[in-house]
Amino acid sequence: MFNFRKIALAVGVAAAGLSLHATAADVTGAGSSFVYPVLSKWSATFAEKTGNHVNYQSIGSGGGIAQIKADTVDFGASDKPLDAEELAKFGLGQFPSVIGGIVPAYNIDGVDSGKLVLDGKVLAGIFLGSITHWNDAAIARLNPGVKLPDAKITVVHRSDGSGTSFNFTNYLSKVSPEWKTKVGEGTAVRWPAGIGGKGNEGVAAYVKQVKNSIGYVEYAYALKNNIGYALMDNAAGKTVKPGNASFQAAAATADWAHAQDFNLIMTNAPGADAWPITATTWVIMVKQPKNAANSKVVLDFFKWSLENGQAQAQELDYVALPAALVKQIEAYWQAQFKH
Amino acid sequence: MPTAIAIETICRRNAADALHDKLFRGVLRVCALLVLAALLGAALSTLWGGREVLFGDGWHFLTSAQWNPVENRYGAWAPIYGTLVTSCIAILIAVPLSFGIALFLTEIAPLWLRTPVATAIELLAAIPSIIYGMWGLFVFVPFMANHIDPLLDSSLGRLPLVGALFRGPPLGLGLLTAGIVLAIMIVPFISSVMREVFQTVPARLKESAYALGSTTWEVVWDIILPYTRQAVIGGIFLGLGRALGETMAVTFVLGNAYDFSTSLLMPGTSISSSIANEFNEAVGLHRSALIALGFLLFVVTFVVLLIARWMLRSLKRKEGNA
Amino acid sequence: MSASVYRRRETKNVVAQILASSAALLALVFLAWILWVTVSRGVHAIGVPLFTRITAYADQGGLANAMVGSLIMDLMAIALCAPVGVLAGAHLAEYARGTRLGETIRFLNDILLSAPSIVLGLFVYVIFVLPMTALTNGTTTFSALAGSIALALIGLPVIVRTTDEMLQLVPSTLREAALSLGIPQWKLTVQVLMRAAGSGILTGVLLALARLAGETAPLLFTAFGNNYMTYSPLAKMASVPAAIYQYTNDPNPAMHAIAWAGALLITLFVLALSLLARALFSRKKTSHD
Repeated sequence: MFNFRKIALAVGVAAAGLSLHATAADVTGAGSSFVYPVLSKWSATFAEKTGNHVNYQSIGSGGGIAQIKADTVDFGASDKPLDAEELAKFGLGQFPSVIGGIVPAYNIDGVDSGKLVLDGKVLAGIFLGSITHWNDAAIARLNPGVKLPDAKITVVHRSDGSGTSFNFTNYLSKVSPEWKTKVGEGTAVRWPAGIGGKGNEGVAAYVKQVKNSIGYVEYAYALKNNIGYALMDNAAGKTVKPGNASFQAAAATADWAHAQDFNLIMTNAPGADAWPITATTWVIMVKQPKNAANSKVVLDFFKWSLENGQAQAQELDYVALPAALVKQIEAYWQAQFKH
Repeated sequence: MPTAIAIETICRRNAADALHDKLFRGVLRVCALLVLAALLGAALSTLWGGREVLFGDGWHFLTSAQWNPVENRYGAWAPIYGTLVTSCIAILIAVPLSFGIALFLTEIAPLWLRTPVATAIELLAAIPSIIYGMWGLFVFVPFMANHIDPLLDSSLGRLPLVGALFRGPPLGLGLLTAGIVLAIMIVPFISSVMREVFQTVPARLKESAYALGSTTWEVVWDIILPYTRQAVIGGIFLGLGRALGETMAVTFVLGNAYDFSTSLLMPGTSISSSIANEFNEAVGLHRSALIALGFLLFVVTFVVLLIARWMLRSLKRKEGNA
Repeated sequence: MSASVYRRRETKNVVAQILASSAALLALVFLAWILWVTVSRGVHAIGVPLFTRITAYADQGGLANAMVGSLIMDLMAIALCAPVGVLAGAHLAEYARGTRLGETIRFLNDILLSAPSIVLGLFVYVIFVLPMTALTNGTTTFSALAGSIALALIGLPVIVRTTDEMLQLVPSTLREAALSLGIPQWKLTVQVLMRAAGSGILTGVLLALARLAGETAPLLFTAFGNNYMTYSPLAKMASVPAAIYQYTNDPNPAMHAIAWAGALLITLFVLALSLLARALFSRKKTSHD
């Protein structure tokens, strides 16, 4: 045992020596897992360019908010925006970072990916458990010419609290009054039907394993794992396909100009080509930070990412923010953050 | 003169020994008290973190089965039920299995086979629990859905009374699956302690029994087990402890539903998997409710151990009378 | 009559032996099954880059920083909890047998065994990370040291439990013989009893290591994690279980292979340490006999 202790001590001493040589800044962020892949990609490129390490860990939005309030990290990231009162109380500011989409994923024999069309009301009906079979008239009406089986629907939802669930239930609450009163919106809700899978991978696995099931996953997840996803009728009444174009359309037509502190959920966006379940993640920072140098690095990082990170975001099936929105965010930085 | 010096050194040595003994005793005591402090600290911090839910809502938290983060109403019954049921299944499967393994490793297997097999089984403890979860999710759940669940549904499910436990659609996930995965995870803990203590039985005891013509089984059941019972039960507690608190593996295969269902084939939830599932995204009262669940797990464990201890004592008393 | 009794005993014995052997076989089948799944899914990711690249590069990344982090934190955790656990176990077995304090500690230790690991992580967050943040004015917040303390709390009760049991099983004749020779009790405990129970105590330490090496939840709020390489005990540090967790969440299936490969590494790491410890121990033992 004494040897162990000596080794640990030696390692520690050697390490303390090594860490003195680090000259570039190490800044830390914590929060949503939705943005983890793209933030770590951006961080790696940013590190090559500037030598600064942006260490982002996905401990969940709730964790991210708690940590930025406790001042243990330089920025937090949340899938749910904070309201003006809470921001003011803790001296925080927030801005969106990147856009992604959430898609209904299904497994029906004979109905290939992209062949099924749903709308908000029907989706809510399925997840409420009031539409129980695939050949229900409500589904058939949206899918003329598609042969739907007379089979019971198995609903799969997230079992863990997640921003994906928050955006999904937020959308259902907007389009279905029944959903709004019976279930409501949140990172975790009391699901009226179905089984729960942990994480995107859990939902994806159950959808793949259970015939005639339907769930919801991030677009990138459905795409990379060959899971069938549905098309949606959006708020403008047009049938849209998930993808860069429809996600960007949702971001562009959302009314950012009138949203104080960017407090706006993009679901059910009004644009003709907008994907109805589009989401973003907010970066949350202290307006007057104790460590101003670190905050400056964080803002530099996001400035660089928002202006130059589009290609990398696209590779990971995220969509960069529209240029107009980026301008608005940079103006917000100037006005709100001290550095 | 030389004797005087010798006596003096002995005296000095005795004094030094006494001092060392005292010091040693003190150090040991401090270490033991550290264990005490660790538990009390952890338990109290959960009590503090969960105070809003534990005390803010009367007994609602303990008596309600409703868990609704949207309305901020929290009742802990479903997770408590799930924790008890999955741990029970795990112990029911793991104890006989571990006993068999320990028996095999100490009395049956040829000598050259013992160490490699023992090491291999201990390896089961080295597999990270998230891998049990992933294996469960991708491999074991479909296996249960395709082979075990339909079999149970059509055989045991037909029985009166107990049948209700085994009826249900072949989803593959649920309380039974979680209990089985837990059993596999705790087998190495129980079996390696059992094996270790079986080896401490003095050889002459076993040899005398064998010499009297006892079979291997009789030696194990009548000599080894009574000799090591206390430690065997310690090993079972070790496994039970892990089963009650295990998080990741359970979370992936439990189906995570807060609804009650008599069937073991239906999804459920457990205290630790509720915490693991929802903690990261929870804020405010929801977070407090999850920490309160952590405190409840301490309480549940306390009660379970109390019952186990009480059963043990009455068992001893009975044996004393016989 | 006696023949039938004999036959019944013999049958019972054979059945018991068959059942016991199949129990061992069943456990081995599950081990092989899980390992096979791990290997077959992780094999694509096993290669030099896994050991040389850090997690920051995501789809072109490896586990180098996570391996270093896990190695440092696991060893620090064992260095913290093994001495304390063994000594506390010795106290229970040698000094506190039958005393009320001893019984209480033993009982509470069993409860600590099942404490959900995330709760222990939060506890360390409150008693160590937050004070550290206040003390250093935010320059040190989460740290590998905090992670090690959380892991140590997970290993501690396992070691206490096994040490206690193993020492109690040492025949009391050994104690009586030693004491009658005038050996002081501390020497008896350290040099006689612990040596006699050594293999059992070692099993406890290895089980503790096996258990804490795979933990993710307690590290989230203590060591935090890092996508870059760090060595200092006061730095935020990566770990293999946390990296596994991260990679399984990734949309890209290629990332899942890295997760499985990481799981294989943890398993092999614990296997290697346990073989090493056993080899060292058995050599020591023979040299003393």
